[in-house]
Amino acid sequence: MTGLSVTTRDVSVRYGAARALDGVTLDLAPGRIHGLLGRNGAGKTTLLSLLASFQRPDSGDVALDGRDPFEDARLMQDTSLMRATGDLAADLKIRDILRLHRTGRAHFDRDLADHLLDRFDIPRRRSLARLSRGQQSVVAATIGLASRAPLTMLDEVHLGMDAPTRQEFTEALLADFAEHPRTIIVSSHLIHEIEHVLETVTILHRGRVVLSEEADDLRTQGTTVTGRADRVEVMTRDLRVVGRRDLGPTREATVLGRPHPAWVTEAERQGLQLGAAPLQDLFIHLTSDRDAA
Amino acid sequence: MFEGRDPIYLQIAEAIRGEILTGALQEGNQVMSTTQYATTYRINPATAAKAFAELVAEEILVKQRGVGMFVAEGATDRLRAARREAFFDERLAPVVREAAALGITAAELTAYLHTHLDQEDDR
Repeated sequence: MTGLSVTTRDVSVRYGAARALDGVTLDLAPGRIHGLLGRNGAGKTTLLSLLASFQRPDSGDVALDGRDPFEDARLMQDTSLMRATGDLAADLKIRDILRLHRTGRAHFDRDLADHLLDRFDIPRRRSLARLSRGQQSVVAATIGLASRAPLTMLDEVHLGMDAPTRQEFTEALLADFAEHPRTIIVSSHLIHEIEHVLETVTILHRGRVVLSEEADDLRTQGTTVTGRADRVEVMTRDLRVVGRRDLGPTREATVLGRPHPAWVTEAERQGLQLGAAPLQDLFIHLTSDRDAA
Repeated sequence: MFEGRDPIYLQIAEAIRGEILTGALQEGNQVMSTTQYATTYRINPATAAKAFAELVAEEILVKQRGVGMFVAEGATDRLRAARREAFFDERLAPVVREAAALGITAAELTAYLHTHLDQEDDR
C-alpha cells in the first residue's frame, strides 16, 4: 500500500476561549479513502490544517507515517490540502496556477490536470477570481487530485459544483485512486453522495471524535423500515426512530440498532422492506445537540 | 442501488451470482474490472475488489493475470448446486414447519406441490 498513515493523539487546538479541537485521537490507515464528517464549526478544517502542517496543535501529537509533519519538508511535499476556495491565489491565471503546482509538487500529474480542466471547459487564460464558483471548485478539486499526494485532503471541494459535475468528479477520483492508491481524506456535507465511496467514516462534533469506524460496520448500526405508514408505525413503536420520510401512503423509518430476528420475520410477514440506514440519518442523530444529552 | 442490509461487497457478489444464474453472464465471459465497477456504481474500488475476491474463493470467477476477471468454467453448475442446498434448508424447511404448525397434512402439501409443479411443466 502506498500513502501515508495518519495518527493523532489527544490533540487540542484553542482559538482564544473556544476549543476547535478537544482531545482528538484518531488512526487512519494508509491507502484508503476516509470520510471526515461534521457540522459547520465541528473542527474538520482545523484538523486537516494540522495534518497539512499549516498549524500546530496546542497540545497532543500529530504524526504522518510516524513522524511529526510540522516543518518537515519531505512530508509537506507528500501532503495536499484543498479547500473549495482560499488555497489557490485568486489573482493568478489558471495556467500559472498549474505551472506553480507542476514545478512545486513532486507527484503532480500534468495530463490528469489537463484532462479534467478540458472536460469542464475551464479557460486557462482567465484568473481564478474571474471564474464562477463552480469553476473555482473544479480547479481546486483538479489541483488536489492531480497532486497525487500520498496524503490528499479534499475539504468541501464539491461546493458550488452542480450535480453532474460532482458525479463526474467522484468517478474521476475513484478511477485515479484505483490506479494510484493513496491516503485520501474527503470532507463533505453531501453525505449521501459520497457514502459508498468511503471506506471509513469519522464524525467530529464540537471538536471531539464521536465516531470513527469502517463504513461497512456503520451500515449495520441502523435499519430502514419501509411500507404502509400505519404498519411501519406499529412495528417501530418500541424502537429508537431517528429519521422518517413519507411518500404518499408509504413511510420509511430509520431505527437505531440491529433488530431481533423474530422482529425481522414479523416485519417481512407484514410486507415491510428492510434496508441499511442511510449514513445521513446516523450523522444527523449523532450530531444533534438536542439528543446529545 | 445497494440499499440492502448486507455489506455492499456481499450485495455486489450476489448481483454477479444472479447474472450468472440467469445467463446474463456466460461462462468464459469477462466481467468488469474493479475500476470499471467502482466508477460505474460510484463505490470504493476496495469494496468491488472484496466482492471479486469472494467470488474467486468460491471458484465462480477466475483471475487471468494482466487480462482481467472471467466467469469460471462450471460456475453455473456450482451456483445451482449451492442454491439447491440452500433452497431446502432456508426456504422449504420453514414452510414445512409452518405447515405443521397450521395442521396442514403431508398429503395436502404434496397434492399442492404436484398440481403446481405440473403447471410449471406445462409452461
